[in-house]
Amino acid sequence: MNARRKMGIAAMAAFALVLTACGGGGDNTNGSGSTTKAEFNAALGKVFNPSDKKGGTVKFADESAPDSVDPGDTYYGSQWDMIRLWGRALTMFKVAPGDASNELVGDLAEGLGEPSDNAKTWTYKLRKGLVFEDGTPITSKDVKYAVERSTSKEVHPDGPAYFDSMLAWPAGWKGAYLSKGMDTSSAIETPDDQTIVFHLKTPFAGMDYLAMTPQTIPVPKAKDTGAKYKEHVVSSGPYMFESYSDAKGYNLVRNPKWDQATDPNRKALPDRIEMSMNVNAEDIDNRILSGDLDVAVTGVGVTPATQARVLADPNLKARADNPTLGRFQYISINPTVKPFDNIECRKAVMYGMDKTAYQTAYGGPFAGGELASNLMPPVIPGQEKFDLWATPDSKGDVAKAKEALTKCGYPNGFETNMSYRTERPKEKATVEAFQQSLAKIGIKITPKNFPRKDYFGTYAGNPPYVRSHNLGLVVNSWGADWNDGFGFLSQITDSRVIRETGGSSNTSVRIPEVDKLLDAGTVELDKTKREKIWVDVDKKVMEQAVIYPGLWAKTLMVRGQNLTNVFVNDQFGMYDYLSLGKP
Amino acid sequence: MIAYIIRRLFAAVGTLFVVSVITFGIFYLFPRLAGATPETLATRYVGRSATPETVKAVANALGFYDPVTVQYWHWAKGIVVGSDFNLGTGVEHCPAPCLGYSFISRTPVWPDLLDRFPVTFSLAIGAAVLWLVGGLAVGVLSALRRGTFFDRAAMTLALAGVSMPIFWTGLMALSFLSYRWGIFPGGGSYVPFTQNPARWAYALLLPWITLAFLFSAQYARLTRAGMLETMNEDYIRTARAKGLVERDVVVKHGLRAALTPILTIFGLDFGLLIGGAVLTENVFSLNGLGKYAVIGISDQDMPKIMGVTLLAAGFIVLSNLVVDLLYAAVDPRVRLQ
Repeated sequence: MNARRKMGIAAMAAFALVLTACGGGGDNTNGSGSTTKAEFNAALGKVFNPSDKKGGTVKFADESAPDSVDPGDTYYGSQWDMIRLWGRALTMFKVAPGDASNELVGDLAEGLGEPSDNAKTWTYKLRKGLVFEDGTPITSKDVKYAVERSTSKEVHPDGPAYFDSMLAWPAGWKGAYLSKGMDTSSAIETPDDQTIVFHLKTPFAGMDYLAMTPQTIPVPKAKDTGAKYKEHVVSSGPYMFESYSDAKGYNLVRNPKWDQATDPNRKALPDRIEMSMNVNAEDIDNRILSGDLDVAVTGVGVTPATQARVLADPNLKARADNPTLGRFQYISINPTVKPFDNIECRKAVMYGMDKTAYQTAYGGPFAGGELASNLMPPVIPGQEKFDLWATPDSKGDVAKAKEALTKCGYPNGFETNMSYRTERPKEKATVEAFQQSLAKIGIKITPKNFPRKDYFGTYAGNPPYVRSHNLGLVVNSWGADWNDGFGFLSQITDSRVIRETGGSSNTSVRIPEVDKLLDAGTVELDKTKREKIWVDVDKKVMEQAVIYPGLWAKTLMVRGQNLTNVFVNDQFGMYDYLSLGKP
Repeated sequence: MIAYIIRRLFAAVGTLFVVSVITFGIFYLFPRLAGATPETLATRYVGRSATPETVKAVANALGFYDPVTVQYWHWAKGIVVGSDFNLGTGVEHCPAPCLGYSFISRTPVWPDLLDRFPVTFSLAIGAAVLWLVGGLAVGVLSALRRGTFFDRAAMTLALAGVSMPIFWTGLMALSFLSYRWGIFPGGGSYVPFTQNPARWAYALLLPWITLAFLFSAQYARLTRAGMLETMNEDYIRTARAKGLVERDVVVKHGLRAALTPILTIFGLDFGLLIGGAVLTENVFSLNGLGKYAVIGISDQDMPKIMGVTLLAAGFIVLSNLVVDLLYAAVDPRVRLQ
């Protein structure tokens, strides 16, 4: 349900290449359009209601609570969007609508990193005149300390583990708290207050992506209170905490020490930002519609009841946006479970399923998404759309499915189990849709539900459990950390991420050829060739029929009344919280 | 009397001990028996793509490598003498009664409970007043006017009240009375009583009415049944025969006798409610104990679940004791031994 970002260590190696070729500009378009006309999708690819007027209060609400407001301990997409209000990382995605946001620019740093030693060493130069909310100057040492403390996973377990595994830490390094006083110059050096140098274990050209993560937001060592730091994060951005409560939320006010001259990316329009946490989701929708609230921070879209109301009322629909996300809803077809070890039986599922029923289970074309015919969603650069298992109107082809079943040796069908997460009614509806569709060809499905927190660790992502409990079909969902072919594909198609102890989202793809292609992609420096490789991976996986593609997810979001500068940032798949104003 | 109370308090401690052992067993022991390892348990409390090293570090930090009995001992000891928590940058002492630290937010549970209790108590007390007054009045009037239009209308409404779930009446009330007509404030507008009593009452009025509607329906039906029974007793006829005014007959003789079972139910209901009004708090976005319990359960945040369960059990035990003491006051036949 939440927009938690997922990323894999393996993914990193590949971003390297991506970066080298991308440079910094390239084929971005569409960054400067704007509109004042309130209409459906007015904030997609352009700025709705542009304004530079300052003042006012923007009110956010969250149906639950974020993982943390501590920059060293967060992995939620919505939080990475939000945290830029009080924290400045070394780099950031350009604050712009549409695919213009794919470009990285310097934030604390003057620009992007300078690679040396064959991209094993990266140097960043900080801007001059940067200060924390208490007036203390921000130096490279504060950035270094922030990265070091983020590797203290016993205290900050939520954030990504890129820095832990990729920097050349000294032997026995256990994070800033347990390894206090250890010399870390092998990993990070700060020759002067303006310069920070990262040393990697192996060459990696994607360092600017890592420098974008909130873990490089500076933390003054003297003010770090470990697990309690989130109760008073020291701001380096345009806003600082006025109050914070785990239960109720927090308020942000202007940071008087923030200097616009040091920050070309932020407009900082509102005077005040209020965030309420643990608010009922229906209540959030109603309050946004009535104008009492401005933004539902999780960005997962309105509830089904509100969706029906918004789509039926032209005035409300004119306030809605319906972006396609970098998220993929799919079914893993496990070849480790009989009779799916036979590709013909897998084909029977590919042909037999009515894909439109899958879409309905997720809330239809607006809230559910676009029918997916392959893995990569359209927002991934270089994506190609193809359909190896087309059926008439995507409604399934009983004749072809039965033919495959006969070839598989089960002309009258067979029985299998299908898992889903208990807390997710849409996944349950998906299983029911499969039950109905596949019953037509004699495949009998028994639903198996598991708690979401243990889904991949203990059950559906745990290979011994999958085999012993005959989980032939697994309801699955995936979104990459940022929009990129390798970042999207590696964690769900590389067989080497599957661990016998469980925990991986990849439960069904074990294709040696795909592993080779992924490796080839990580060393291919030519952008066009590399993107072609990602498409090849996509095709190989689809040929083997080990993934049933369901939907490229979309959400239906409603713009708060009287908000200015509203646009969907493609990188986050939600409104860009840094640019919003409400004078 | 004093000895009785002391004895009951000792029994209460015993009850809470049993409750804590059972709850702890359900959340710590059962998963282990079902094959969970310290690492699979710790996987719940880390970011999604955590490395095996992160999982081990967290399992260790949360004490999952200790035997379950030792984990219980650490937890129970914390209630009596407090415990120490490693913040990373230093150690924080969590004074007794330390109910542990949340596995998710890594904050102590006890201050959270204290922080949320006023919200739940405010909700419960206001609703209780409304439903007692409303339920008793309607019940008594219905009983006295048995078979009339009022009786039938009231009992039909009561049946509706008992049947309709809070998450429906609450959402409907919010949708129409708050968002469409703007008579009441929307969800999540709670302010503490100490900050502004008028806004406190205004914000809680709709949750009170919604919650009281459900309960008063029940109480009206109970009161009516009790009144019908007692009003047919011989002593009521005697009371009337000796010339008492009807009001005294109804209130002093009839209602007082009919009140005993209602008091029992009220004690349980109120005790249960101040342990967390789960549905109402969720519908109206009130950050009380009920909402806390839901968050704890959905996150499988065991210390939170333990804390709120124990507190709720404590309230039920306590309110039962109060009810038993009140019995003596209401019913002269009861003597505390």
